[in-house]
Amino acid sequence: MSTTVDIPRFVQAKQVEALPPPNLARGPVAWIRENLFSGPFNTILTLVVFYLLYVSVPPLMKFLFIDAVWSGTDRAACRADMGGRETGACWAFIRDKISYFTYGSYTVSERWRVDIFFALLAIGVGWLLWLRAPRRDLGAIYFFWLFPVFSYILLTGGNADFSGRFWIGFLILGALLVALLAFLAVILKASLRTALIIGGGIVGVIGITLALMDMDFGLRHVPTALWGGILVTLLVATVGIVFSLPFGILLALGRRSKLPIVRMASVIFIEFVRGVPLITVLIMANTMLPLFLPGDMTVDRLMRPLIGTAFFASAYMAEVVRGGLQAMPKGQYEGAQSLGLSYPQMMILIILPQALRIVIPGIVNTFIGLFKDTSLVAIVGIFDLVKTIEASRIDPNWAAPSISLTGYAFAALFYFIFCFGMSRYSLGVERRLASGHKR
Amino acid sequence: MQTVVSQTSPPKKSFLYDPKVRGIFYQVLLVVIVSYLFYVAATNAIENLQRAKIASGFGFLDNTAGFDISQALIQFSAAGSSYGDAFIVGLLNTLIVSAIGIFFTTILGFLIGIARLSKNWMVAKVAMVYVETLRNIPLLVQLLFWYIAVLGPLPQPRNSIEMGAGFFVNSRGLFMARPIYAADAWAIPAALVIGLIGTFLYRRWASARQAATGQQSPVGLVTLGLVVGLPILTWIVLAIVGANPISFELPRKGTFNLTGGMQILPEFVALLLGLVTYTAAFIAEVVRAGILAVSKGQTEAAGSLGLKPAQTLRLVVIPQAMRVIVPPLTSQYLNLTKNSSLAVAIGYPDLVQVFMGTVLNQTGQAIEVVVITMAVYLTISLVTSALMNIYNRRVAIVER
Repeated sequence: MSTTVDIPRFVQAKQVEALPPPNLARGPVAWIRENLFSGPFNTILTLVVFYLLYVSVPPLMKFLFIDAVWSGTDRAACRADMGGRETGACWAFIRDKISYFTYGSYTVSERWRVDIFFALLAIGVGWLLWLRAPRRDLGAIYFFWLFPVFSYILLTGGNADFSGRFWIGFLILGALLVALLAFLAVILKASLRTALIIGGGIVGVIGITLALMDMDFGLRHVPTALWGGILVTLLVATVGIVFSLPFGILLALGRRSKLPIVRMASVIFIEFVRGVPLITVLIMANTMLPLFLPGDMTVDRLMRPLIGTAFFASAYMAEVVRGGLQAMPKGQYEGAQSLGLSYPQMMILIILPQALRIVIPGIVNTFIGLFKDTSLVAIVGIFDLVKTIEASRIDPNWAAPSISLTGYAFAALFYFIFCFGMSRYSLGVERRLASGHKR
Repeated sequence: MQTVVSQTSPPKKSFLYDPKVRGIFYQVLLVVIVSYLFYVAATNAIENLQRAKIASGFGFLDNTAGFDISQALIQFSAAGSSYGDAFIVGLLNTLIVSAIGIFFTTILGFLIGIARLSKNWMVAKVAMVYVETLRNIPLLVQLLFWYIAVLGPLPQPRNSIEMGAGFFVNSRGLFMARPIYAADAWAIPAALVIGLIGTFLYRRWASARQAATGQQSPVGLVTLGLVVGLPILTWIVLAIVGANPISFELPRKGTFNLTGGMQILPEFVALLLGLVTYTAAFIAEVVRAGILAVSKGQTEAAGSLGLKPAQTLRLVVIPQAMRVIVPPLTSQYLNLTKNSSLAVAIGYPDLVQVFMGTVLNQTGQAIEVVVITMAVYLTISLVTSALMNIYNRRVAIVER
């Protein structure tokens, strides 16, 4: 009996020759084939992009570097008809005007004060942004209290010359505030000591601030009309961030509050500000602020857009902070309440530290927007970087064809470096936070 | 058996510890402070206005404007028009630049957003460089760049650059053919509307039929025929029957100037270029995030059901991505509309430039002008966000 094994038809009867190895699976050639020329459509796309780059990049490089004029003292260097070269960027113009672009018309002998302001700002920003910096709580006190006061004294010269009457009034008000807090503590049977510490603390901080502003450090007064350039750009941005963060947190808490009137007021403010363009807010601050004050009071011209930007940024900051508050798990609130913490204790000790930490990327992004928006103060006549460039661009001493383009290229570069740096930072934080959650 | 519930009342507390009482106290405090601030501001404003002898109220809207506006969509003249007309001209200019800007920026933004996800390394990188560059430079600098550095050096009208098809470019702007409508030209837009309604009905019928029988209908072809074909057919029929309903007047090059045709202001071109390229960078990021938000499992599931890549994209990925894309996309549209107020920097006569600039300076009625202008932008934002809420409710994922 012979058994024939029934070989199904789909089984190969003989050995098939092995396929050749994929001839290029790695290495630069395979990479290029995979990523640039995989199929006709991709090939066409790649060629189109190459053509676009060929058309745009070499002329740009030529303009910015190869044909650029790097040194010179006036327009002659950048004009063909006066012996210069006019096809490229006129960096000599920027070099000549760089101190104007940095300080505006700030009194020349006093510019070291601006340099110190820049340094103080860098320290504060570095302290707050470096997540592992020592004593970040001190950093916050520095950035939101000491630094603004010092900057005010440095930049204006301080010596605000408050009258004796002002000080007497302040002392009476301060005493009243402390007395009121003490009274409330007594009728609520709360700790009298705490009330006195809080009241004394508030009055003390404001008093020290005012005393510092009043003190004569022997610095010459520099009127704000002379300030300009990068100084003003950074100043507007700094004031925006210093005010918008605390104010934005308050607004966000207000919007999440259970009290209907508080919530409604916050919502109206936030939605109103977010619904209108910044430029209208700036024009409003410029034209309407003086109307709302008593006739003998004036607001400094630089102060008006500062107030406008601070309000504007607060509304956007409030929405970012609200996102953080909403992202907190409910257990955190309940846990804090079950420990018997009061609302301020719960917010300050439990919720806000966590909520603010997770919205750092959002805060930085808002700040990038604010930083770009500072350029709008140029429209209401403040000499920020853009305005100083606009003013120098038409300087007859530098009348040459490539001046405008050079000026804008410089402004673009300046803003790009700052904003791009901040956005990389925020991406880095985001990645770190994400990895912290993943575990 | 009974359980005895102890009926001891809670220890008596001062009503000052009652959260309700405290809540009312805080709110009353807030109302008092805010009302006081408003009261002080209002009394000061009234006093200041009286001292400066500035009128108040909205009567100034009927006064003669006395200035010209370089681009007016309605009849406007310095002598015969009022401040109210100037307001409408400015508003229309804002709306038209926003509408055209939104149209182009959507196309550019989607293209770049999709390009950023392209498997083609080169395309993805170029798109990334575009987004990072444009996003990180203030719009104002970009507008000034377009207006002064790019459009500024264009030649005088006598040396206009001819771009073909009746397009000319010179320092006074872009010149192109101006359509002249005959009396019966209304039939063409009417045909378009009929086509749109027909398409809508046909699509409803087609999807109902597919749901019932599984048979598909040639939706794309019919849509093309109704929306594009019907108006063109109307045009041809009208041209054969009577006079050509739409003829074009081409700009002609004279010795010194261009005559005829339609002029588009350089300010408009610069503003449009700036807004479109800037906003497109943001829209690209929105689109990218939306597409990435659709999980890979969806694509794989579609593939295992036997859908082709194009079908997967059209029927599975895009509908789900749109849910994520649309809300931030609308807020970008709003941003574009608000950013169009930067027109004031380059002198395009938009609402802010005309009304908050010229009219405010001439009348001095700061409060009224600021209130009206802000109300316009606020209305646009609030209406859009109301529509957005409706949309969100409709597309929200219905959970069990």
